[in-house]
Amino acid sequence: MQLPPALRSRLLGAPGAAKPLPVERDPAAGAPPFHFAARRVRFPRDHEFFEDGDVQRHLYLQDVLTQVSESPERPRVPEFTCQAAGCCQVFDSLENYEHHYHTLHRNVCSFCGRAFPSVHLLDVHILEWHDSLFQILSERQDMYQCLVEGCAERFRSGGDRKEHLVRRHLYPADFRFDRPKRSGGPATPGAAVQDSAEALGEGEEQSGGDAMEVCPERAAPRPEPVGQRRTSSHRIPSTICFGQGASRGFKSTKKRKEHQ
Amino acid sequence: MWRGRQGRLRPVGCVVEELRCQRREREAALRKARREQQLVSKRLLRDDVLEEAEGECVAMILGEAEIQQFLQLAQRGTDEKQRESALVSLRRGLQHPQTQQTFIWLEGSMRTLVGLLTSNRALLQLEAARCLHELSHSEQSAVAEACLPATSYLLTYLSGHSSDFIELCLYTLGNLIVESEAVRRRLLPQGIVPALAACIQSPHLTVLEALGYALSQLLQAKEAPEMIIPSVLGSTLPQHILQLLQPGPKLNPGVAVEFAWCLHYIICSQVNNALLISHGGLSTLGLLLLDVAGAVQRTEDAGLELLVCPVLRCLSNLLTEAAVEVMGGPNQLEDERVVAALYILLQFFVQKQPSLLPECLWLLNNLTANSPSFCTSLLSMDLIKPLLQLLPVSNVVSVLVLTVLCNVAEKGRAYCQHLWPGPLLPCLIGTLASSDTEVVGQSLELLHLLFFYRPEVSFGPGTPVLRPVVSPWPLSLSILSIATFLGLASLCGLQFRTCSLWLGRHSSK
Repeated sequence: MQLPPALRSRLLGAPGAAKPLPVERDPAAGAPPFHFAARRVRFPRDHEFFEDGDVQRHLYLQDVLTQVSESPERPRVPEFTCQAAGCCQVFDSLENYEHHYHTLHRNVCSFCGRAFPSVHLLDVHILEWHDSLFQILSERQDMYQCLVEGCAERFRSGGDRKEHLVRRHLYPADFRFDRPKRSGGPATPGAAVQDSAEALGEGEEQSGGDAMEVCPERAAPRPEPVGQRRTSSHRIPSTICFGQGASRGFKSTKKRKEHQ
Repeated sequence: MWRGRQGRLRPVGCVVEELRCQRREREAALRKARREQQLVSKRLLRDDVLEEAEGECVAMILGEAEIQQFLQLAQRGTDEKQRESALVSLRRGLQHPQTQQTFIWLEGSMRTLVGLLTSNRALLQLEAARCLHELSHSEQSAVAEACLPATSYLLTYLSGHSSDFIELCLYTLGNLIVESEAVRRRLLPQGIVPALAACIQSPHLTVLEALGYALSQLLQAKEAPEMIIPSVLGSTLPQHILQLLQPGPKLNPGVAVEFAWCLHYIICSQVNNALLISHGGLSTLGLLLLDVAGAVQRTEDAGLELLVCPVLRCLSNLLTEAAVEVMGGPNQLEDERVVAALYILLQFFVQKQPSLLPECLWLLNNLTANSPSFCTSLLSMDLIKPLLQLLPVSNVVSVLVLTVLCNVAEKGRAYCQHLWPGPLLPCLIGTLASSDTEVVGQSLELLHLLFFYRPEVSFGPGTPVLRPVVSPWPLSLSILSIATFLGLASLCGLQFRTCSLWLGRHSSK
């Protein structure tokens, strides 16, 4: 197919429309038996007109057609250790380290050390577990927000929220990012440690590898003096420690109870 | 851009002819599936580099006992490396359909896998997700449905930060979505559309390509026009999609292909195309077409037709919307560079992919049908002759070419003056002799319009254009030869009547 040479330069030229020639239709032109009428045509999705293109698309999905270019080199690096405090995991690839970091160290509650898969879930957790104002307000109005992105519903209690998640959103009843709090008031670090110790035990018996909330020996919960207000600083990285006498490390529950 | 992915079972020592034969078989199978409305295709994300590091890729069949053993080791192993390698072995086994079946019927297996998926051990989580991904690739809906307990977690992880993990979750979701309506019925209330709308803001190209894939699978569902597309249109997805299709240095072809197909599924379902037009869909797609035509000129990259096809479809279908009919309105597509781009693509497809010529010509029809400006562009840019060169390709292409020519001719005398006389007549004599009745019918319509608006064009011996064809013979005899051609081609009654009426009308002048 030969194209006029000026066409390519037209493509690169400025936008513009041709000044149309005068249109002078004569209705007699469409008299029977001739019936041509210029019209735009639309095709619905399953029309056979689309068959060839659809088949090409599916061949591509199935990889028969894919242009194979050089896969980006994934460099193996010399072994290195995770820099988060208390974490001694070793890695030899950046991708694995990236996932580890995001899973365990990125969205971590600085009160109790639980890790969450997203900022949203962490925020909800802090609000519901560590904010005394939330507790007060929730006695008077619906404060427990639905966990599903895009759903604006709120509920009086965690239990109501769970029921909503199960009924409306078809979530599993044991959804791991909606664990109920055990104690009544705002969760204290002590209680959290107790919680996590129990949960850890529980987890090992059940389907192994408990939920994200549990902090293993690596990301140890940092005890904070009870009553210290937390506003914008609840996402402090784990390398920072507050308060005199505050220590890092996993203390046994027995000792914790004594101190309280 | 295009990541090389090997097939499931690597052909060892395959001859080129065998590969071609396999491809033909796949094509035939896909055509059959499409006619039965069961066209399902999935993407398998397998890290070839990782597999090479692990050694020979062999899909092993695992029995119940072995699966249980691997699961227990993964759950309770003391050594981290041991736990990981147990899952790796399980994953390799799950590449085989038989192992997949055994796995899903084994009590507690999915629960354990979901437990590992949601564990605090990042690398176990990653391996568990890879196992799920293998399962998602199964062709059995039972296997896809067995993965349902994991879907709420897969969606939750889309709002995380680890791009490789999110990519894996998205491809897994895409595969599950296309396999079973039960899965889609679960995912919609679980909030897949808002989750995707949030995830589309990711800066990672691999995540975006995966997201486009998952969304395209969702939009392909047969219940999509009623159940899915309205909520997609109600979200911020359309604006983001159009943004990702903006031409420029940031345009990624792999990402663009997926989202162009998403747009096509939305547009051809005709739920609310006016919304897309109001977001500037026509101009974005028009500019994208220009960009691709430019790229086609610069490189021989054969992957571009994967992007061109949905863009052509989107533009053609959008042009039929009422919102576009308002002449001179803001939603018009009036840039004649689009026509230039289309011809460059026509030339490209003649060589590379003739099966896509009809779709290009469909857009040309929709551009020229109601637009004197575009018809004038065809004439002023000397684009009639190239169009005539396409006539011999196939009957479908012929009909479309003739229709476009009719679009020009029906606008009246000023247009016909540029068409007639010219190289058109010899081509039309050729098409009149076609055995396809639609081709002949359209040729007659065109001839009629040309003679109607230019009755003074004579067939006498003095007409230089016609001399090589019918020179010594008077008008009646040339028409008689046309009639002979018509007679030779086996016509249906209507065509015969049409042409005899036509003969009657024109021979009397």
